[in-house]
Amino acid sequence: MSAVTSAAAPGTELPPGRMTYREALRESLREALRGDERVFVMGEDVGRYGGCFAVTLGLLEEFGPERVRDTPLSESAFVGAGIGAALGGMRPVVEIMTVNFSLLALDQILNNAATLAHMSGGQLAVPLVVRMTTGAGRQLAAQHSHSLEGWYAHIPGLRIVAPATVADARGMLAPALASPDPVLLFEHAGLYASEGEVDDTPVALDGAAVRRPGEDVTLVTYGGMLPTALAAAEALEAGGIAAEVVDLRSLRPLDEATVLASVRRTHRLVVVDEGWRSGSLAAEVAARVAEQAFYDLDAPPERVCSAEVPVPYAAHLERAARPAVDDVVAAARRTVG
Amino acid sequence: MSTPTDTATDPTPPGDERDDPRLALLRGMVRIRRFEERCVELYSAERIRGFMHLCVGEEAVAVGLVGALAAEDAVVSTYREHGHALARGVPMSAVLAEMFGRASGCSRGRGGSMHLFDVSRRFYGGNAIVGGGLPIAVGLALADALRGHPVVTACLFGDGAVAEGEFHESLNLAALWRLPVLFCCENNRYAMGTALEFEHAQTDLALRAASYGMPAWPVDGMDPEAVAEATQRALATIRSGSGPCFLEMRTYRFRAHSMYDPDRYRDRAEVARWKDQDPVDRLRARMVRDGGLDGASWDRLVAAVDEEIEAAVAAAEAGPLEPVEDLTRFVYAEPS
Repeated sequence: MSAVTSAAAPGTELPPGRMTYREALRESLREALRGDERVFVMGEDVGRYGGCFAVTLGLLEEFGPERVRDTPLSESAFVGAGIGAALGGMRPVVEIMTVNFSLLALDQILNNAATLAHMSGGQLAVPLVVRMTTGAGRQLAAQHSHSLEGWYAHIPGLRIVAPATVADARGMLAPALASPDPVLLFEHAGLYASEGEVDDTPVALDGAAVRRPGEDVTLVTYGGMLPTALAAAEALEAGGIAAEVVDLRSLRPLDEATVLASVRRTHRLVVVDEGWRSGSLAAEVAARVAEQAFYDLDAPPERVCSAEVPVPYAAHLERAARPAVDDVVAAARRTVG
Repeated sequence: MSTPTDTATDPTPPGDERDDPRLALLRGMVRIRRFEERCVELYSAERIRGFMHLCVGEEAVAVGLVGALAAEDAVVSTYREHGHALARGVPMSAVLAEMFGRASGCSRGRGGSMHLFDVSRRFYGGNAIVGGGLPIAVGLALADALRGHPVVTACLFGDGAVAEGEFHESLNLAALWRLPVLFCCENNRYAMGTALEFEHAQTDLALRAASYGMPAWPVDGMDPEAVAEATQRALATIRSGSGPCFLEMRTYRFRAHSMYDPDRYRDRAEVARWKDQDPVDRLRARMVRDGGLDGASWDRLVAAVDEEIEAAVAAAEAGPLEPVEDLTRFVYAEPS
């Protein structure tokens, strides 16, 4: 697949096959809009502004206002309208600026999108995709920086995916749109400018990926924490510890087979999760490993999560609140003993 | 996707209804009224459990509004939706079987009284989150508009929903995008136990809706002919492409909010005053007065309705239970 950058994209000149995470998302949207007339995009400032994070930049010019729809600041109405349009035979892609704002649409996501199929005895399906930004790291304080993927992953009826690489950012929208179920796609704000290769390999919605092999300890992570986990694995290697990095990619359903297979090889588990520790996705992963691979473990599972505070503004405080490479390295060393 | 097991349609209306459309309205209201009264007995007998909200007193809205829609139009309703479902043609036996928790229910026993669905009739359910159906109605209308289908989505909700943020968001969005939505507020004057004047700073709900830039007017919701006439007018406006309309159906529920409600908040005299406006009695009296109905034809009408109800009860009773092994089906879409 060759790199195609929008004419309106800010000066990016990358070699063929290489693009940014933001461009990869845009390309996946463009491909979907070109390939299926049922697909349309809506959300706050996705059109004339070009998207809060410039993901949809240029799409309005290419596809027009019927298919790239600026909405009022009405998260509940436009997410609910996405649900209704999906019921009515369309394939909407709804953008919510940040996961914090998605709480204004939580009623629609939980009480309608996640329940209508079951509550109607299987008569309805909601083939809706909701994209939203998640995560801290830009000094945006406590109402723009949280990581609530784990909350959404709690809900039966939803599929939750978190592309952590450019290739996944490019490849996850198509299977999400092909799914008859509602899919929430979480884009970490810290990843938009990251660069990587894309290829034609299809991306499955429910499979974890081993991003780095190793035999001494398993680091399980997802989304914006993948670079942190990979950097920790590098640092551990310098100290003679070979860490295997598992990127969950899908948070619901969880590919526990990949996690368990890795832990059975390494006998040690560290979960790296930007969510808060209590009741976190990290807790779910650790519990499943404890339930199903307890006797394979040589050390108690470790969790590296965000500090239990609303994310603060000041740079040094925000940094201290998030899982850092050193925290992951220290946790991994504890498991090795 | 599956459809309700029982796909029988309404019995064919008697031929005389083709001569006088009021007979269809009357028969539709009696059907709903007698059905709801039978549901009370079945609830007392513990055949029906959970929350159950009856629409006795509000039948004119169901038959006048839902009856005026075309088969291709869509309906989004609330938890007080037995009447809407019946008026839409959802088989009575499938509605009852649903309340009995049977696999033959119109939601396979997973919804109950508050969540009746029949997608084959574009009946998109009873939504039990007040205001939660409005955004979905906007989206259904958006899909129809984008696909070039010249149909209308009728969205029913109560006066309580007008206080919700989703009301504001949805009316604004539908008007902004000129979508074919008929917003129908069944204003029965109470949000559960809280009277209109205790829940709204502006109690003229049509005035509120008009502020979004759509035609909006109040209707005598106790008169099925007035409801039908207003609905036809609104549908014609919407079908002309000018965007949504809002109808405020001024109505009243004769019974309590739900089977759990001791109804402490209403004055008996007020209830009695509204019962003087009983939509069934009013239409029946009007028809008797002008010779459109005699005692014998009334008796025949009621007997036919009761026969249908008892047949539906028997069919629902005979319906199978969903196997417990199927508990987690339909959480995700199944391959068709």
